[in-house]
Amino acid sequence: MAELIAKSPCDGLLPATIGGMSLTEEHPGAMWAIAPFNGQLKVLGKALEAAHGMAFPAPNRATGKAGSRAVWFGRDMALLMGPAPDAGLAKHAALTDQSDAWAVVRLEGQGAEDVLARLVPVDLRPQVFKRGHTARTELKHMMASVTRTGPQSFQIMVFRSMAKTLVHDLKTAMEAVAARG
Amino acid sequence: MRITCPLCGERDRREFYYKGAALVRPAEGADLDAWHEYVNLRENPAGPLDELWYHEMGCNSWLKVTRDTATHEILAVQLASEAGLGGEK
Repeated sequence: MAELIAKSPCDGLLPATIGGMSLTEEHPGAMWAIAPFNGQLKVLGKALEAAHGMAFPAPNRATGKAGSRAVWFGRDMALLMGPAPDAGLAKHAALTDQSDAWAVVRLEGQGAEDVLARLVPVDLRPQVFKRGHTARTELKHMMASVTRTGPQSFQIMVFRSMAKTLVHDLKTAMEAVAARG
Repeated sequence: MRITCPLCGERDRREFYYKGAALVRPAEGADLDAWHEYVNLRENPAGPLDELWYHEMGCNSWLKVTRDTATHEILAVQLASEAGLGGEK
């Protein structure tokens, strides 16, 4: 069989540093969508807590920590990032492997909110959008997931096929913010 | 125009996809007239109207939105699954 070389979605596009802000690719490991079956949310929450030590996230919230996170991903759905889900979770939820389907980047630095304000129609200022908050929204017409991971850092995800557009739009916005000084 | 999604909060109109009037689906075994009305006949009020919107760029919920067609004021929003439109589990 041919030796295939796996490439990450932003291979050759990142990292970039513009105006004191950095844009880097994240390699979160496994990514699985967890969609609880009807009426199984509570049982699933307990199973997730037992197996991976994090709660099932409420709408617009993320639980866990770097390397092992559960991000709210839409109605009745969360994305487990890091570990592959324990097989026992399949009793209570539909599990779907999406590991290679998403481009994941990290935007960090002073002015990160100003960059995203140019692309995302949601208020992401720190007094409103705090660490552990997440939003399913659009980023320059792309379906995106935006999560605050620190005082000046965001995790941004779009479909893998849009990685190049994502990097281009973010870099353009970073340059525009940096040019304002 | 902004719509307050029951899950995501207040969001811009560009995140949503418009479907049309939110009508109660005829029950199983309803006659042809009921289906004709459901499929083809619409009110066209200059005022409040119940509509279906899809939060395409957000949480992927179908919503029943009461909108004033004259002013675009959003009067009420709820999950379509809880709006008694038929098809509930």
